[in-house]
Amino acid sequence: MKLTPEHEEIRRTVIKFVENEINPYVEEWEEAEIFPAHELFRKLGNLGMLGITKPEAYGGLGLDYSYQAVMNEALGHAHCGGVPMAIGVQTDMATPSLARFGSDELRARFLAPTIAGEAVACIGVSETGAGSDVASIKTYAVKDGGDYIVNGGKMWITNGVQGDWICLLCNTAHDGKPHTNKSIICVPLMEDGKRFPGVTVERKLKKMGMRSSDTAELHFEDVRVPQSYRIGDEGAGFMYQMLQFQEERMYSALSATPGMLNAIQETIAYTGQREAFGQPILHNQVVHYRLAELLTEVECLRALTWKAVEMHVNGEDCTILASMAKLKSGRLAREVADSCLQYWGGMGFMEETHISRFFRDGRLGSIGGGADEVMLGIICKLMGTLPTRRKPA
Amino acid sequence: MKIAVLIKRVPDTASVFAINPDQKSVATDKLKFVMSPYDEHAVEEAIKLKEANGADVVVVSLGPDSAKEVMRTALAMGADEGLLVTGAGTDSLTSKGVAEALAAAVKSIGAELVFAGKQAVDDDASQVAERVAELLEMAHASVVTKFELNGGTAVVNREIEGGSYTLELPLPAVITIEKGINTPRYPTLPNIMKAKKKPIAEKSLADLGLSAEALAPGVVLESLSLPRQNRRNHIIDGDTPARVNELIRLLKEEEKAL
Repeated sequence: MKLTPEHEEIRRTVIKFVENEINPYVEEWEEAEIFPAHELFRKLGNLGMLGITKPEAYGGLGLDYSYQAVMNEALGHAHCGGVPMAIGVQTDMATPSLARFGSDELRARFLAPTIAGEAVACIGVSETGAGSDVASIKTYAVKDGGDYIVNGGKMWITNGVQGDWICLLCNTAHDGKPHTNKSIICVPLMEDGKRFPGVTVERKLKKMGMRSSDTAELHFEDVRVPQSYRIGDEGAGFMYQMLQFQEERMYSALSATPGMLNAIQETIAYTGQREAFGQPILHNQVVHYRLAELLTEVECLRALTWKAVEMHVNGEDCTILASMAKLKSGRLAREVADSCLQYWGGMGFMEETHISRFFRDGRLGSIGGGADEVMLGIICKLMGTLPTRRKPA
Repeated sequence: MKIAVLIKRVPDTASVFAINPDQKSVATDKLKFVMSPYDEHAVEEAIKLKEANGADVVVVSLGPDSAKEVMRTALAMGADEGLLVTGAGTDSLTSKGVAEALAAAVKSIGAELVFAGKQAVDDDASQVAERVAELLEMAHASVVTKFELNGGTAVVNREIEGGSYTLELPLPAVITIEKGINTPRYPTLPNIMKAKKKPIAEKSLADLGLSAEALAPGVVLESLSLPRQNRRNHIIDGDTPARVNELIRLLKEEEKAL
């Protein structure tokens, strides 16, 4: 895909922002298991970084996805996965459906402050009993006058502890048709500085990686919101979410590659000066060949991902390529992290090295946003090789 | 009022440097380039002045087409237009020639105020802005940490050991900027997109009425070398007098340190 000088200028600006406003604080935020989302998002909002593809009427820039893709890749220069992921939730996971299908009133209420960085957004799909199996979620909303009353809970919610609203996928019909009984509703989590009535943050979850990002389990008990907070049509939620997943999946692949390249470069630097058995570790053929192979794989992933981005920009259906890119990035992040960490030896096992954090953070890539196995299922379906399930006799 | 800001595209000092086999040029293929950091402060100062008093800010650079990269950054920060001196003869100039070319460029704009970083972080020569002031017969202050415009007079502070000077300069003037003066802004994404429409004019030496021969360097580059990095360990054996003698011999003959 051919990028313009403006793309490159955006890349430089985002990398500079990451180097000055994120990286110096990563250790502190990882330790605290939270980062100051409102403060950081306000800065990002002021620079116009939270609404690149969003309509200009709500403070966005109205640009095509290639510009967002450049930003997502540049965010990967952060020395952790947690903060870029939280930003990705704001730009690519919680807001695409709202921007695409939300009413003007709803976009003014939720999208505009999210683009400005005044509001922190979450995406609510996974539950304790349903993650990648989106169709099986249990949270439901029933109509009462002009309102919905929401009950249920959402699990592993990024930005959940400090979020202001959640893009919530829930059941709005009870006819047992899992693909047409769901809607997406914008549910406030905070109102006038207080917890929105009926919303509880059950736990700030302790995680293996992505520690600088706060993750919550949320509970909804008789949460009352106007029906006008529903995005688009009733019953279209599953379809909207599947569309929204394309951006989430490209985000995963785009933001993962700089970390992989950085891990390889840092490993070259470390093994080049660390000696064992009378020579630098890098001089062992097994090491430099392996690093060459990994770099080759990363470049393949980048090519695949940018091809998906290009299709998306051209308005073509990129589902198969976005799913492949997501699958490959999750697997490759694990492979790069594990191979590189091995060559760091004892130092690689220490928390103080970037490589150990990369190893921990990268593990989520194969799980979040649809697990590897779900990606394989989608690819098989589009290849026409997925067997149909036989109905019980 | 027109303000010219002299900016330079330089290698990021965090880059790994290598010298080409000719030993007269730096290998550029693996370098990451940025706007010279002091120049960023100069651009910021000009934009602040524009926001406060209104002005046209023109960024001026000399170099190949790639120099436009940092000019675009300056335009995205808020400068209004760019002027790039480029083409035949511009790649072999020393500070003297660059200053003559940039002085002619500044003159062609009709700038009353010229900002520049106190030095470029690639060759650290601290020559160009001062020479431009001399060539254009403008007042000049260097290493400035505070700038104010008071009618037709610039009031500036210069840091010196243990204190500071306050100087008043009549305009037109050339001011070189030290980094403590301000915090350069990030270009916002909307401004990056708007900068697309801002013009970057190009002029050759001939357009400025100059010739490569007239700007020929007064300095000849003999060779470039990197600082010596290899650490060699000598472990000297023997009794103390023998070891001292051997140490002196090594420092004199091998290390040439004495």
